[in-house]
Amino acid sequence: MTTLLVAEHAGGVLNDMTAKALTAAVALGSDVHILVAGKGVQGVAEAAAKLAGASKVLVAESDDLEHQLAEPTADLIVGLAGDYDAIVAAATANGKNTLPRVAALLDVMQISDITAVVDADTFERPIYAGNALQTVKSGDPKKVITVRTSTFAAAEEGGSATIETVAASAGSGLSEFVGEELSKSDRPELTSAKIIISGGRALGSEEKFQEVIMPVADALGAAVGASRAAVDAGYAPNDWQVGQTGKVVAPDLYIACGISGAIQHLAGMKDSKVIVAINKDEEAPIFQVADYGLVADLFDVLPELKAAVE
Amino acid sequence: MKILVPVKRVIDYNVKVRVKADGSGVDLANVKMSMNPFDEISVEEALRLKEAGKATEVIVVSVGPQQATETLRTGLAMGADRGILVKTDATTEPLAVAKILKAIVEAEEPGLVILGKQAIDDDCNQTGQMLAALLGWSQGTFASKVDLGEGTVDVTREVDGGLQTIKLKLPAIVTTDLRLNEPRYASLPNIMKAKKKPIDEKSPDDFGVDVSPRLTVVSTTEPPARQAGIKVASVSELVDKLKNEAGVL
Repeated sequence: MTTLLVAEHAGGVLNDMTAKALTAAVALGSDVHILVAGKGVQGVAEAAAKLAGASKVLVAESDDLEHQLAEPTADLIVGLAGDYDAIVAAATANGKNTLPRVAALLDVMQISDITAVVDADTFERPIYAGNALQTVKSGDPKKVITVRTSTFAAAEEGGSATIETVAASAGSGLSEFVGEELSKSDRPELTSAKIIISGGRALGSEEKFQEVIMPVADALGAAVGASRAAVDAGYAPNDWQVGQTGKVVAPDLYIACGISGAIQHLAGMKDSKVIVAINKDEEAPIFQVADYGLVADLFDVLPELKAAVE
Repeated sequence: MKILVPVKRVIDYNVKVRVKADGSGVDLANVKMSMNPFDEISVEEALRLKEAGKATEVIVVSVGPQQATETLRTGLAMGADRGILVKTDATTEPLAVAKILKAIVEAEEPGLVILGKQAIDDDCNQTGQMLAALLGWSQGTFASKVDLGEGTVDVTREVDGGLQTIKLKLPAIVTTDLRLNEPRYASLPNIMKAKKKPIDEKSPDDFGVDVSPRLTVVSTTEPPARQAGIKVASVSELVDKLKNEAGVL
């Protein structure tokens, strides 16, 4: 009885969400192996081996796996699946892309975005954008699971798993990588930040978003998020979107600026420890979930906030 | 080239859902139902490809109860050519739906299947990827741009770090993200015209697909409610509370 956890990594660095998904994988009650698939990922494997809770790290490297495209990655996982009774990944863009493909090839119904492990067959997951929680029991012989990492604490370091190389499967030739435009930032990552400041449509333009939100983020050492409305309007890039279909976050402090609080935004941040809402409209629904509400024009108070925390 | 667009009937995104008292699920009685918003984006994208002369026919398909016909009519009113209803009153999971869609793809032989990346009811985000797997096709998920070429399609995907562009060999599966396009509203004349467009009716048995669920619902509950806190009067009061009361600064 062993669980295979698919590591989340990019740019040769192990993502913190792997450690969180490991906590969920360990909760299944079996021994856990971590799979690192990619190219030039020895460093990632070494970092994964240090996580407490996994006994073995499998490394698969090839040109086809370099960009972790769904087709070759799924083929690799399916090839290994015979030895495992559960396959787990963080519900990241990669995990959501690849794991359903694995599940279908194994004729298994995936359990998406779990927020709690009840037992090895039974899991809690949000439905309807988190407006209901459902506990489901899987009757499949193998479990394929993605994990909503914001509800699991990261596994500690202190492990010493063995690292083993496994053969990468041959490429399928179905898809190829063309290019990417990645946001470059020195700020913390949204999904692991302790403090997040988010802007909404009230910012009015990309320039104002940069001018008003960024200095406060820098003063707080915070990651920057945005509402769907702000992203749709082009004020902020897509990977900043917090919400049901964007990123789900649970920082210690979430500061929502000029965000009205649509259900789909709340779904992405309502598990934050402390929520602050700054909005001109005192009827805005965001105040119903905020621990501290400040009814004010964000253009007036954000510079003040920056000065106050510096 | 034909394009197949699967569409799902779900609770309208503006409706506040209520959990049934017995915990078996969410109350669907007398609730406004609509086409899953991501599927509207898929229909729109297929129609734009047809209007650009890159596709010949757009077929909408829905797996669901008789009322899913209304969802198909919505797609037909937007401009799709014909519909297929796979009628079942059972709750269908993505794996079963993917198996039904595979059979339809084999019969219709579309060059592209465009699906919403997830349905806003069960939030599974699985069907497109599963269909790609069962067909042995390539997949371009979470698309914010679709550029159809000769024998290939370039898909720009919304990923965690930004955007990624991949080239897929056709036939292929694309799943849509929010920013791919803005779906059109159906005009009244088109709504009238849609009533005359053909909808073929099938059942899961016609495709030999067992739709019995693999997951059993143990319970459904309301999430713990978050209490509204207090209003502060000034930035200095806010910072003081965050430092000394909440301890997060």
